[in-house]
Amino acid sequence: MVFSINNMFSKNKKSGDIAKDRLKILLISDRTNCSPEIIQMIKKDIMYVVSKYIDIDKDKCIIDIEKSKKPYIFANIPIKEVKYK
Amino acid sequence: MSEVMVVTSGKGGVGKTTMSANLGAALARQKKKVVVVDTDIGLRNLDVVMGLENQIVYNLVDIIEGTCRVRQALIKDPRFDDLYLIPSAQTRDKSAVTPEQMRMLTDELRMEYDYIILDCPAGIEQGFRNAIAGADRALVVTTPEVSAIRDADRIVGLLEKECIKPVNLIINRIRPELVETGDMMSVEDVMDILGVDIIGAVPDDVEIVIATNKGIPLDENSIPGQAIKNISLRIQGEEIPMMNFSKDKGFFKKIFKMSNKRAQGDFNGI
Repeated sequence: MVFSINNMFSKNKKSGDIAKDRLKILLISDRTNCSPEIIQMIKKDIMYVVSKYIDIDKDKCIIDIEKSKKPYIFANIPIKEVKYK
Repeated sequence: MSEVMVVTSGKGGVGKTTMSANLGAALARQKKKVVVVDTDIGLRNLDVVMGLENQIVYNLVDIIEGTCRVRQALIKDPRFDDLYLIPSAQTRDKSAVTPEQMRMLTDELRMEYDYIILDCPAGIEQGFRNAIAGADRALVVTTPEVSAIRDADRIVGLLEKECIKPVNLIINRIRPELVETGDMMSVEDVMDILGVDIIGAVPDDVEIVIATNKGIPLDENSIPGQAIKNISLRIQGEEIPMMNFSKDKGFFKKIFKMSNKRAQGDFNGI
Protein backbone atom coordinates (compact mmCIF):
# COMPACT_ATOMS: atom_id res chain seq x y z
CA MET A 1 0.00 0.00 0.00
CA VAL A 2 2.83 2.33 -0.78
CA PHE A 3 1.74 5.57 -2.32
CA SER A 4 3.37 8.81 -3.10
CA ILE A 5 1.94 12.27 -2.81
CA ASN A 6 3.73 13.29 -6.00
CA ASN A 7 1.69 11.17 -8.39
CA MET A 8 -1.57 11.82 -6.63
CA PHE A 9 -3.21 14.33 -8.85
CA SER A 10 -1.93 13.40 -12.26
CA LYS A 11 -4.38 14.40 -14.96
CA ASN A 12 -5.47 11.11 -16.47
CA LYS A 13 -6.25 9.53 -13.14
CA LYS A 14 -9.83 8.42 -12.55
CA SER A 15 -11.69 10.31 -9.85
CA GLY A 16 -12.27 7.07 -7.95
CA ASP A 17 -8.51 6.59 -7.65
CA ILE A 18 -8.00 10.20 -6.65
CA ALA A 19 -10.60 9.69 -3.90
CA LYS A 20 -8.77 6.55 -2.80
CA ASP A 21 -5.43 8.32 -2.57
CA ARG A 22 -6.86 11.30 -0.72
CA LEU A 23 -8.59 8.97 1.68
CA LYS A 24 -5.44 6.98 2.41
CA ILE A 25 -3.54 10.12 3.32
CA LEU A 26 -6.44 11.43 5.40
CA LEU A 27 -6.80 8.22 7.36
CA ILE A 28 -3.10 7.99 8.05
CA SER A 29 -3.00 11.52 9.40
CA ASP A 30 -6.21 10.91 11.40
CA ARG A 31 -4.96 7.67 12.86
CA THR A 32 -1.50 8.94 13.71
CA ASN A 33 -2.78 12.36 14.69
CA CYS A 34 -0.17 13.84 12.41
CA SER A 35 -0.74 16.12 9.40
CA PRO A 36 0.49 15.37 5.85
CA GLU A 37 2.97 18.25 6.23
CA ILE A 38 4.49 16.62 9.29
CA ILE A 39 4.72 13.32 7.45
CA GLN A 40 6.65 15.14 4.71
CA MET A 41 8.97 16.66 7.32
CA ILE A 42 9.60 13.24 8.88
CA LYS A 43 10.57 11.91 5.45
CA LYS A 44 12.98 14.77 4.85
CA ASP A 45 14.58 14.38 8.28
CA ILE A 46 15.04 10.63 7.94
CA MET A 47 16.74 11.12 4.57
CA TYR A 48 18.92 13.85 6.00
CA VAL A 49 20.07 11.79 8.98
CA VAL A 50 20.89 8.74 6.89
CA SER A 51 22.70 10.79 4.25
CA LYS A 52 24.96 12.25 6.93
CA TYR A 53 26.63 8.85 7.20
CA ILE A 54 26.13 7.10 3.89
CA ASP A 55 25.64 8.14 0.33
CA ILE A 56 22.03 7.44 -0.58
CA ASP A 57 20.02 7.72 -3.75
CA LYS A 58 17.66 10.49 -2.71
CA ASP A 59 15.48 10.28 -5.82
CA LYS A 60 14.65 6.66 -5.26
CA CYS A 61 13.85 6.82 -1.59
CA ILE A 62 10.43 5.63 -0.49
CA ILE A 63 9.45 6.66 3.00
CA ASP A 64 5.81 6.37 3.89
CA ILE A 65 3.42 5.59 6.65
CA GLU A 66 1.73 2.34 5.83
CA LYS A 67 -0.84 0.38 7.64
CA SER A 68 -1.59 -3.23 8.22
CA LYS A 69 -3.37 -3.51 11.54
CA LYS A 70 -1.53 -0.53 13.01
CA PRO A 71 0.26 2.21 11.07
CA TYR A 72 4.04 2.00 10.75
CA ILE A 73 6.77 3.89 8.95
CA PHE A 74 8.16 2.10 5.97
CA ALA A 75 11.48 3.23 4.50
CA ASN A 76 13.27 1.94 1.46
CA ILE A 77 16.45 3.95 1.10
CA PRO A 78 18.75 2.74 -1.68
CA ILE A 79 22.45 3.17 -0.95
CA LYS A 80 24.51 4.42 -3.84
CA GLU A 81 26.97 1.89 -5.07
CA VAL A 82 30.49 2.71 -4.04
CA LYS A 83 32.79 2.31 -7.00
CA TYR A 84 36.25 1.12 -6.00
CA LYS A 85 39.13 1.92 -8.21
CA MET B 1 -29.89 -16.05 22.21
CA SER B 2 -30.55 -12.43 21.53
CA GLU B 3 -28.25 -9.87 20.03
CA VAL B 4 -28.16 -6.09 20.35
CA MET B 5 -26.89 -4.36 17.22
CA VAL B 6 -26.20 -0.69 16.80
CA VAL B 7 -26.45 0.80 13.32
CA THR B 8 -24.12 3.78 13.27
CA SER B 9 -22.03 5.84 10.86
CA GLY B 10 -20.55 9.06 12.18
CA LYS B 11 -21.62 11.02 9.15
CA GLY B 12 -25.27 11.85 8.70
CA GLY B 13 -27.37 11.02 5.67
CA VAL B 14 -25.64 7.80 4.69
CA GLY B 15 -28.72 5.64 5.26
CA LYS B 16 -28.60 4.41 8.86
CA THR B 17 -32.33 4.76 9.44
CA THR B 18 -33.32 3.15 6.15
CA MET B 19 -30.86 0.35 6.86
CA SER B 20 -32.21 -0.17 10.39
CA ALA B 21 -35.82 -0.33 9.18
CA ASN B 22 -35.10 -2.71 6.33
CA LEU B 23 -32.76 -4.94 8.29
CA GLY B 24 -35.48 -5.23 10.89
CA ALA B 25 -37.96 -6.17 8.15
CA ALA B 26 -35.55 -8.70 6.62
CA LEU B 27 -34.96 -10.41 9.96
CA ALA B 28 -38.69 -10.38 10.74
CA ARG B 29 -39.38 -12.09 7.39
CA GLN B 30 -37.09 -14.86 8.58
CA LYS B 31 -39.35 -15.40 11.57
CA LYS B 32 -37.11 -13.61 14.03
CA LYS B 33 -38.54 -11.53 16.81
CA VAL B 34 -37.19 -8.05 16.18
CA VAL B 35 -37.43 -4.65 17.80
CA VAL B 36 -35.93 -1.55 16.25
CA VAL B 37 -35.23 1.34 18.57
CA ASP B 38 -34.89 4.92 17.38
CA THR B 39 -32.23 6.41 19.65
CA ASP B 40 -32.05 9.75 17.86
CA ILE B 41 -33.75 11.83 20.52
CA GLY B 42 -35.03 15.14 19.19
CA LEU B 43 -34.87 14.05 15.55
CA ARG B 44 -37.36 11.24 15.28
CA ASN B 45 -37.23 9.56 11.87
CA LEU B 46 -37.36 5.81 12.02
CA ASP B 47 -41.14 5.80 12.58
CA VAL B 48 -41.59 7.76 9.35
CA VAL B 49 -39.36 5.43 7.32
CA MET B 50 -41.36 2.47 8.65
CA GLY B 51 -44.69 4.21 8.03
CA LEU B 52 -45.72 4.01 11.68
CA GLU B 53 -45.69 7.72 12.49
CA ASN B 54 -49.41 7.90 13.17
CA GLN B 55 -49.38 5.23 15.82
CA ILE B 56 -47.07 6.77 18.38
CA VAL B 57 -48.43 7.17 21.88
CA TYR B 58 -45.38 6.76 24.10
CA ASN B 59 -41.70 6.96 23.23
CA LEU B 60 -38.21 5.98 24.34
CA VAL B 61 -37.90 8.81 26.86
CA ASP B 62 -41.27 7.90 28.38
CA ILE B 63 -40.01 4.37 29.00
CA ILE B 64 -36.79 5.59 30.52
CA GLU B 65 -38.47 8.12 32.75
CA GLY B 66 -41.00 5.54 33.88
CA THR B 67 -44.01 7.33 32.38
CA CYS B 68 -44.99 4.08 30.68
CA ARG B 69 -44.01 0.43 30.48
CA VAL B 70 -41.91 -0.88 27.61
CA ARG B 71 -44.94 -2.76 26.30
CA GLN B 72 -46.97 0.44 26.03
CA ALA B 73 -44.42 2.22 23.87
CA LEU B 74 -43.87 -0.68 21.48
CA ILE B 75 -45.54 -0.26 18.11
CA LYS B 76 -46.19 -3.41 16.15
CA ASP B 77 -45.55 -3.28 12.43
CA PRO B 78 -48.81 -4.66 10.96
CA ARG B 79 -46.99 -6.13 7.96
CA PHE B 80 -44.99 -8.60 10.04
CA ASP B 81 -45.71 -11.06 12.80
CA ASP B 82 -42.87 -9.98 15.01
CA LEU B 83 -41.48 -6.58 14.13
CA TYR B 84 -41.76 -3.81 16.68
CA LEU B 85 -40.62 -0.20 16.93
CA ILE B 86 -39.76 1.92 19.91
CA PRO B 87 -39.98 5.48 18.61
CA SER B 88 -37.81 8.30 19.82
CA ALA B 89 -39.01 11.51 21.46
CA GLN B 90 -39.29 14.49 19.16
CA THR B 91 -39.50 17.26 21.73
CA ARG B 92 -36.65 16.27 24.04
CA ASP B 93 -32.89 16.30 23.70
CA LYS B 94 -30.15 13.75 24.06
CA SER B 95 -29.43 14.60 27.69
CA ALA B 96 -32.80 13.03 28.64
CA VAL B 97 -31.15 9.61 28.50
CA THR B 98 -27.92 8.20 29.93
CA PRO B 99 -25.84 5.26 28.66
CA GLU B 100 -26.66 3.35 31.85
CA GLN B 101 -30.40 3.73 31.25
CA MET B 102 -30.00 2.56 27.66
CA ARG B 103 -28.15 -0.51 28.86
CA MET B 104 -30.98 -1.31 31.24
CA LEU B 105 -33.52 -0.97 28.45
CA THR B 106 -31.61 -3.20 26.03
CA ASP B 107 -31.18 -5.81 28.75
CA GLU B 108 -34.91 -5.81 29.31
CA LEU B 109 -35.56 -6.16 25.57
CA ARG B 110 -33.14 -9.09 25.36
CA MET B 111 -35.58 -11.19 27.35
CA GLU B 112 -38.15 -11.08 24.59
CA TYR B 113 -36.49 -10.39 21.28
CA ASP B 114 -34.00 -12.22 19.07
CA TYR B 115 -32.63 -9.01 17.60
CA ILE B 116 -32.60 -5.52 19.03
CA ILE B 117 -31.56 -2.98 16.40
CA LEU B 118 -30.53 0.44 17.66
CA ASP B 119 -30.69 3.22 15.10
CA CYS B 120 -27.93 5.60 16.21
CA PRO B 121 -27.91 9.36 15.64
CA ALA B 122 -25.13 10.91 13.54
CA GLY B 123 -22.11 12.28 15.35
CA ILE B 124 -19.92 11.02 18.16
CA GLU B 125 -21.45 12.88 21.08
CA GLN B 126 -23.83 11.79 23.79
CA GLY B 127 -26.44 10.37 21.41
CA PHE B 128 -23.80 8.03 20.02
CA ARG B 129 -22.61 7.13 23.52
CA ASN B 130 -26.17 6.30 24.53
CA ALA B 131 -26.82 4.17 21.47
CA ILE B 132 -23.68 2.06 21.75
CA ALA B 133 -23.92 1.54 25.51
CA GLY B 134 -25.95 -1.65 25.36
CA ALA B 135 -24.73 -2.97 22.01
CA ASP B 136 -23.03 -6.32 21.47
CA ARG B 137 -22.07 -5.62 17.89
CA ALA B 138 -22.02 -2.70 15.47
CA LEU B 139 -22.92 -2.20 11.85
CA VAL B 140 -21.16 0.87 10.49
CA VAL B 141 -22.91 2.31 7.45
CA THR B 142 -20.89 4.32 4.98
CA THR B 143 -21.08 5.43 1.36
CA PRO B 144 -18.19 5.23 -1.12
CA GLU B 145 -17.18 8.84 -0.47
CA VAL B 146 -14.06 10.20 1.17
CA SER B 147 -15.91 12.12 3.90
CA ALA B 148 -18.22 9.25 4.88
CA ILE B 149 -15.39 6.70 4.97
CA ARG B 150 -13.21 8.98 7.02
CA ASP B 151 -15.99 9.31 9.59
CA ALA B 152 -16.60 5.56 9.50
CA ASP B 153 -12.93 5.01 10.30
CA ARG B 154 -13.24 7.30 13.30
CA ILE B 155 -16.34 5.47 14.49
CA VAL B 156 -14.66 2.09 14.09
CA GLY B 157 -11.83 3.33 16.29
CA LEU B 158 -14.27 4.50 18.96
CA LEU B 159 -16.22 1.23 18.87
CA GLU B 160 -13.03 -0.78 19.24
CA LYS B 161 -12.11 1.31 22.25
CA GLU B 162 -15.48 0.41 23.78
CA CYS B 163 -14.76 -3.27 23.08
CA ILE B 164 -17.78 -3.70 20.83
CA LYS B 165 -17.19 -6.74 18.67
CA PRO B 166 -17.65 -7.51 15.89
CA VAL B 167 -17.70 -4.21 14.02
CA ASN B 168 -18.87 -4.72 10.44
CA LEU B 169 -19.13 -2.31 7.58
CA ILE B 170 -22.08 -1.79 5.25
CA ILE B 171 -21.33 0.15 2.09
CA ASN B 172 -24.45 1.91 0.96
CA ARG B 173 -25.36 3.80 -2.22
CA ILE B 174 -22.95 2.05 -4.53
CA ARG B 175 -23.44 3.09 -8.13
CA PRO B 176 -22.16 0.18 -10.22
CA GLU B 177 -21.96 2.21 -13.42
CA LEU B 178 -19.64 4.72 -11.75
CA VAL B 179 -17.49 2.01 -10.17
CA GLU B 180 -17.13 0.51 -13.63
CA THR B 181 -15.95 3.75 -15.22
CA GLY B 182 -13.55 4.33 -12.32
CA ASP B 183 -15.42 7.31 -10.92
CA MET B 184 -16.42 5.69 -7.66
CA MET B 185 -14.48 3.65 -5.14
CA SER B 186 -15.39 -0.02 -5.24
CA VAL B 187 -16.28 -2.31 -2.34
CA GLU B 188 -12.79 -3.79 -2.54
CA ASP B 189 -11.18 -0.34 -2.44
CA VAL B 190 -13.05 0.56 0.73
CA MET B 191 -12.33 -2.80 2.32
CA ASP B 192 -8.66 -2.45 1.46
CA ILE B 193 -8.38 1.04 2.92
CA LEU B 194 -10.39 0.57 6.09
CA GLY B 195 -9.31 -2.94 7.01
CA VAL B 196 -12.72 -3.72 8.51
CA ASP B 197 -14.87 -6.72 7.63
CA ILE B 198 -17.59 -5.81 5.17
CA ILE B 199 -20.90 -7.46 5.87
CA GLY B 200 -22.67 -6.13 2.82
CA ALA B 201 -23.02 -3.58 0.06
CA VAL B 202 -26.25 -1.98 -1.09
CA PRO B 203 -26.63 -0.24 -4.45
CA ASP B 204 -28.15 3.19 -4.87
CA ASP B 205 -31.54 2.29 -6.21
CA VAL B 206 -34.80 4.03 -7.01
CA GLU B 207 -36.65 1.26 -5.14
CA ILE B 208 -35.26 2.63 -1.88
CA VAL B 209 -36.58 6.10 -2.63
CA ILE B 210 -40.00 4.71 -3.50
CA ALA B 211 -40.22 2.48 -0.42
CA THR B 212 -39.13 5.32 1.86
CA ASN B 213 -41.64 7.69 0.25
CA LYS B 214 -44.40 5.21 0.93
CA GLY B 215 -43.17 4.24 4.38
CA ILE B 216 -43.00 0.55 3.51
CA PRO B 217 -40.19 -2.00 3.67
CA LEU B 218 -38.25 -2.83 0.51
CA ASP B 219 -39.57 -5.64 -1.65
CA GLU B 220 -37.34 -8.56 -0.78
CA ASN B 221 -37.00 -9.41 -4.45
CA SER B 222 -35.78 -5.97 -5.46
CA ILE B 223 -32.02 -5.61 -5.83
CA PRO B 224 -31.47 -3.51 -2.69
CA GLY B 225 -33.99 -5.73 -0.89
CA GLN B 226 -31.91 -8.77 -1.79
CA ALA B 227 -28.71 -7.03 -0.71
CA ILE B 228 -30.19 -6.23 2.69
CA LYS B 229 -31.60 -9.73 3.02
CA ASN B 230 -28.09 -11.04 2.43
CA ILE B 231 -26.79 -8.79 5.20
CA SER B 232 -29.46 -10.15 7.53
CA LEU B 233 -28.35 -13.70 6.72
CA ARG B 234 -24.70 -12.85 7.29
CA ILE B 235 -25.65 -11.34 10.64
CA GLN B 236 -26.98 -14.76 11.56
CA GLY B 237 -23.63 -16.27 10.64
CA GLU B 238 -24.39 -17.57 7.16
CA GLU B 239 -21.73 -17.27 4.52
CA ILE B 240 -23.28 -15.59 1.54
CA PRO B 241 -21.15 -14.37 -1.38
CA MET B 242 -21.38 -10.68 -2.19
CA MET B 243 -23.70 -9.64 -5.01
CA ASN B 244 -22.26 -8.04 -8.04
CA PHE B 245 -24.35 -5.10 -9.17
CA SER B 246 -22.66 -4.48 -12.50
CA LYS B 247 -25.25 -3.89 -15.15
CA ASP B 248 -23.43 -5.10 -18.23
CA LYS B 249 -24.21 -8.40 -19.92
CA GLY B 250 -26.94 -9.72 -17.72
CA PHE B 251 -27.48 -8.36 -14.31
CA PHE B 252 -26.01 -10.95 -12.05
CA LYS B 253 -23.63 -12.67 -14.34
CA LYS B 254 -20.63 -12.20 -12.21
CA ILE B 255 -20.73 -12.86 -8.52
CA PHE B 256 -17.58 -12.00 -6.70
CA LYS B 257 -16.25 -13.39 -3.52
CA MET B 258 -16.59 -11.53 -0.25
CA SER B 259 -13.59 -13.21 1.24
CA ASN B 260 -11.81 -16.30 0.08
CA LYS B 261 -14.83 -18.48 0.62
CA ARG B 262 -16.42 -20.47 -2.15
CA ALA B 263 -18.55 -18.26 -4.28
CA GLN B 264 -20.05 -20.05 -7.21
CA GLY B 265 -23.59 -20.11 -8.48
CA ASP B 266 -26.02 -17.65 -9.92
CA PHE B 267 -28.20 -15.01 -8.39
CA ASN B 268 -31.07 -17.38 -7.68
CA GLY B 269 -28.78 -19.47 -5.60
CA ILE B 270 -27.99 -16.71 -3.14
